[in-house]
Amino acid sequence: MFKTLTSPIRNTSGMARWILLAGLIITAAFVIMAIFAPWIAPYGFAQNSSDGMRFPKMGPPSAAHPLGTNDQFFDILSRVIWGARTEVTVVVLSVLFAVSVGMPLGLLSGFLGGWADRLMVFVMDVLYSFPSLLLAIVFAFLLRGPLGGGTFAAALALTAIYIPQYFRVVRSTTASAREATYVEAARAIGARNGTIMGRYLFGNVIQSVPVIGTLNAADAISTLAALGFIGLGIQPTDAAEWGYDLSRALDDAQSGIWWTTLFPGLAIVLLVTGLTLVGEGLNETVNPTLRKRRFRKVRMPANEPTSALVEGEV
Amino acid sequence: MSADRGSLPRYIVQRILLVIPMIWLALTIVFLLLRVAPGDPVSAAVGGKLDAAALASRRHSLGLDRPLIVQYWDYIKDVATFNFGQTISDNRPIIDVIRDNGGATLTLTLGAFLFALVFGIPLGLLAGRYRDTAADAVIRVFGVVSYAAPIFWTGLLAVILIAPTGWPTYDIASPVTKFEVHPVTHILLVDAALSGNADAFWDVLQHHVLPCLTLGLLLSGVFIRLVRVNLLHSLQGDYVEAARARGIAERHVIRRHAFRNALVPVITIIGLQVALTMSGAVLTERTFNWPGLGNQLVKYLVARDYSAVQGLVTFFAIVVVIVSVFIDILNAVIDPRVRY
Amino acid sequence: MSTPQDQPVVDARDLRIWYGSERGPVKAVDGVSFSIRKGEILGLVGESGCGKSTLGRGLLGLLPAGAEMDGQLHFQGTDLLSLPRKEMFARRGTELAMIFQEPLTRLNPLMRISAHFEETLKTHERGIGKTEIRHRALEVLRVMGIPPTRYRSYPHEFSGGMRQRLMIALALVLRPAFVVADEPTTALDVLVEAQIIRILHDLRREFDTSLLLITHNLGIIAEACDRVAVMYAGEIVEIGDARDVFADPQHPYTRELLRSTISLGTTGLNYIPGAPPDLVEPPSGCHFHPRCPDAMNICAGRHPLKRQMPNGVLTQCWAADLRHGLAGSATALTSEQTAPLTREEFSVADEA
Repeated sequence: MFKTLTSPIRNTSGMARWILLAGLIITAAFVIMAIFAPWIAPYGFAQNSSDGMRFPKMGPPSAAHPLGTNDQFFDILSRVIWGARTEVTVVVLSVLFAVSVGMPLGLLSGFLGGWADRLMVFVMDVLYSFPSLLLAIVFAFLLRGPLGGGTFAAALALTAIYIPQYFRVVRSTTASAREATYVEAARAIGARNGTIMGRYLFGNVIQSVPVIGTLNAADAISTLAALGFIGLGIQPTDAAEWGYDLSRALDDAQSGIWWTTLFPGLAIVLLVTGLTLVGEGLNETVNPTLRKRRFRKVRMPANEPTSALVEGEV
Repeated sequence: MSADRGSLPRYIVQRILLVIPMIWLALTIVFLLLRVAPGDPVSAAVGGKLDAAALASRRHSLGLDRPLIVQYWDYIKDVATFNFGQTISDNRPIIDVIRDNGGATLTLTLGAFLFALVFGIPLGLLAGRYRDTAADAVIRVFGVVSYAAPIFWTGLLAVILIAPTGWPTYDIASPVTKFEVHPVTHILLVDAALSGNADAFWDVLQHHVLPCLTLGLLLSGVFIRLVRVNLLHSLQGDYVEAARARGIAERHVIRRHAFRNALVPVITIIGLQVALTMSGAVLTERTFNWPGLGNQLVKYLVARDYSAVQGLVTFFAIVVVIVSVFIDILNAVIDPRVRY
Repeated sequence: MSTPQDQPVVDARDLRIWYGSERGPVKAVDGVSFSIRKGEILGLVGESGCGKSTLGRGLLGLLPAGAEMDGQLHFQGTDLLSLPRKEMFARRGTELAMIFQEPLTRLNPLMRISAHFEETLKTHERGIGKTEIRHRALEVLRVMGIPPTRYRSYPHEFSGGMRQRLMIALALVLRPAFVVADEPTTALDVLVEAQIIRILHDLRREFDTSLLLITHNLGIIAEACDRVAVMYAGEIVEIGDARDVFADPQHPYTRELLRSTISLGTTGLNYIPGAPPDLVEPPSGCHFHPRCPDAMNICAGRHPLKRQMPNGVLTQCWAADLRHGLAGSATALTSEQTAPLTREEFSVADEA
């Protein structure tokens, strides 16, 4: 099974491979930042003084604060590193939730068929066609009340947006696999239903989920940052969040203060790009229609006319 | 054969008739979503300012104490008569909010779309045509990064860079212009043109540049990727090979068969970006303090004004439905296969 | 001395088409020679993967990137392979044409039929006017049995059989001297197939066209072709007059193919054991020897020579040579060499 999972990666070549590698490296860097934040970050994310000395307000990048400080006296480098932890946590949670809700629903729906299936497909389609940010806004708005402004609430808000994607992929594979000729053929040679589902469906789905998952994650980071920017994201006291930092930088922009904007935003760009590259790289290899057949040059030896006509010698 | 001509009008009528049920469904979902929230809209919005009795009477005046199904029916009826409700926090009819701020969002999104089309489509075709070359790599990286970069970040950077030059980076027009131009269509750009005041028009146009470019950049990233993929598919098309077999010149084959066929689904794709554009507009308006509906939405969200949020989201949902039907029709006009 | 009249329209000598893969060059076409006269229909038959489609495409220069073609391809006297590519491609449409297998996908769905014709004619005859185009198109459509009222329709508005006729019309509008038809009826049902074959057969009467008809269906060959070439593992193993080949097949592969054809009289299924050969490393000696019922020891060691059989058919087979006493003193075969080839039974795994 490990072989099936990694075969698309091992089969990459050319440009797809570079894309994939670049994306993986970038993403890995941020994941490391996220995991080791407490040890890497020079200060806490809500820390505004050290050794009794207050940090400067909106201080430009300096030796003490390589990325500068913002209007809440926080060190920006620390905010960026801690922010990585927030982003990664929220995104991983939300994708996991979405997968664990969307896939079983899809399986059920595809398997059941009939009106239940049609109804679910309809609802999911409508959800899917809604602008994702607006949907996130609505959910964040609703969940704010009961759940407060922490990472968990944010993750849940994002979950709902991504459920339809997993639902669709699993459902369509299930539904078409029910009818597919290869399943019929499998049944014809006596394979049990469980085997059919396991082998063929699982394999099919496994191929597309990593692509969807990584592109989802990229989108989730963007959406989370956007929510933070609007003010519906994670509260600054609960965790550091890059989007929120950018919302504070709005006023600074008019007066030429650039470091409060540049660095948190750069972090977002890099992480989203990294994830997107991974997703696109995987997509190029997994999706056979996009693959360009690699033709090798071939050199022909000189032509010996082996097929020359030999007159009948008797 | 007349069957061909006849089916297009029929298809159009079908699509238009579908608008009603689709809007109804969208409204139902919006209503359910917002009612699912625990807690109480009125106290959330103005809780601190009024005492319990005042809250109760406010609730009553807004009809929030009636059975859910009655509220639902009223809601549908109201929307049908273009009544999107009343805001709680500042007691304005939402239709007024829409009227006053819709124009700004409209010109912003149209300008952004225009830029994205002009910039994104040729680049996408280029990237697909010269696949796996350096040009392709650069264009694709650009496509990815422009989508990854949060629009509020690129906007802010633009402001930081441009503000020192004196070019307008804030709001839709200077206060003078806003004072001088009379609202006729409530679309400031159009009204400025109608007023004959060249300075005012130029002022509004100037203010449009930065926000439209920012939002357009985001959209173009998406267009580039989608156009490229479509072109790759169409280049592999069997009719491309058949055309070559008939001796059609390669240049012509690419242009007529590959490019053109690749662009057909692009119309649909562009239509699908309405959702993305709306989200982008909300963020762009916030960044540049653009007086559009997106900015209003955020304002009412922060004020926890359920009624306003509901009204505005309803309006957005309706717009999405109408645009998608329009795109379907456009698609049918362009692609003859769709009409059946 | 052959007069221009007798000169074959197409004369291919030792054609090779190889393309690269991770395991080495794939020898899709490996030393193929044939000729086609004016108005003659040559059928090219073989299993899937034997290289016949590649050959067809190679004749038109439609090979994918990375494929190399080698040999001589004389077309109306000129060796196309010695010309610069552009010149070779320039003859496409006007003198060489191709009819493909899947008519549905071969026409641009966004273009009307009239647009297809306009494009083709305008490319090759610059100054041609719209009325002239319409006239020529309708003429060839009439021959194909498509009414003029459908001239401005879109491809998806036609049935499969009509689409194939459209393709043929489009290929013929410029009166090419030579047409390659690559499995033109495989995607169509039997009744329509009969119509299309009839049309192709009548082409020579109407347009004097030479045709290479590629198919895996022997019935079509029997019905429509003057001569037939049997292809296996990138080589032509037997070529000759269709009636002669069918009546008295010389090569074991041809025999087995004929035997495995199903007709109303079939009571049991015959099939050729084993799987099609690997084109990267084909079997040594005669490529067919692993599956041949008449294989001898020499067949695994030495590639048979191409000879003409008494009935006029050309073939390359040691068993056939032996049968007709054609193995001369230079290539005398010892009794050891002519002993039947022993080989292990095909296990089921080989079949899969």
